[in-house]
Amino acid sequence: MIYEALRDALAAQRPVVLATVIEGATIGAKLLIEPGAEVLGTLGNAELDRVVARDALGELAAGITSTRHYGRNGEAREGDLSIFIESFAPPPRMIIFGAVDFTAALGRVAKLLGYHVTVCDARPVFATTARFPMADVVANDWPDRFLTMIADPLTTRDAICVLTHDTKFDVPAITGALATDVGYLGAMGSRRTHASRLERLREVGVTEEQLARLRSPIGLDLGARTPEETAVSICAEIIGLRTGRDGSPLSTVAGPIHDQDGI
Amino acid sequence: MKDVILDIERWRTSGCRIAVARVVATEGSSPRGAGAAMVVNDRGEVAGSVSGGCVEGAVVTAATEVLNGQREAGVISFGYSDDDAFSVGLTCGGTIHLFVEELAW
Repeated sequence: MIYEALRDALAAQRPVVLATVIEGATIGAKLLIEPGAEVLGTLGNAELDRVVARDALGELAAGITSTRHYGRNGEAREGDLSIFIESFAPPPRMIIFGAVDFTAALGRVAKLLGYHVTVCDARPVFATTARFPMADVVANDWPDRFLTMIADPLTTRDAICVLTHDTKFDVPAITGALATDVGYLGAMGSRRTHASRLERLREVGVTEEQLARLRSPIGLDLGARTPEETAVSICAEIIGLRTGRDGSPLSTVAGPIHDQDGI
Repeated sequence: MKDVILDIERWRTSGCRIAVARVVATEGSSPRGAGAAMVVNDRGEVAGSVSGGCVEGAVVTAATEVLNGQREAGVISFGYSDDDAFSVGLTCGGTIHLFVEELAW
């Protein structure tokens, strides 16, 4: 019953958490937690179920999977039970503004990384599913209006890439993006485009603190030229921002290659 | 488990019993994080991965033992820093802890 509910939630891309007792008296016991739905199963104690369900929703919101320790009645800081809390968050979203050649390449690399990809451009001639078959959504709209119509608010897991390099589009795209909690915001353009764009943004009242969120010119310094190389450079920057790494060659730095998962 | 759900579905449809091994924690350098999963059925078929290939063989053995009743569901660990670690380790020097159980839930 729990497996079927998990499978159905995953198939529908609904967020869900599976908690499993991996050490302790009720080893193997499970609780399935879905936001807004009744929990399924039990870990062996109603109070423990309540505490774990609460913690699980917090982990889900942050997209974290980890092992936590509880007393048999859900007490914190006691170690009777180890419980593996596995979050199945829906895929992170990437919204690409501007239906240009770089967009198709970035869309393909983003799909490879597991993103739900939206391509948005106000010009219907350019923003077509025929040009962007990899996109989950192709929207014909102005960037700022499109962003206000997104039902689920963007989170730190999501990314917005502004590839229009036309101030008419990219200023509203960036100001719209700054009004969200999106984790990554990057804008394409030469150093000169970047400088004039900053001026335009300041003119419309964007603060220095807000500008600090903007990655512009977009991407890591790889010397990328083609749309595909540029897409890799952008996605590499997104990964590094998430993990707090700066993108240096591993051969030139010391320290752990992978962050460890909490135990 | 998301990555192996289609394999699980196919195996369930054909009446197989299935063991699941999930990475529940890692220490040091290890290629796959918590949540990575492998599934093994009672015909010896395998899907998914839990490391860069270093410990998969030993995980299949443990999962098969769970299906055969020769091993209880529980946590098994691979790596150098754990006294109870299996003889196989991760070449990267890290430690991974897996929970292995039958998919009977």
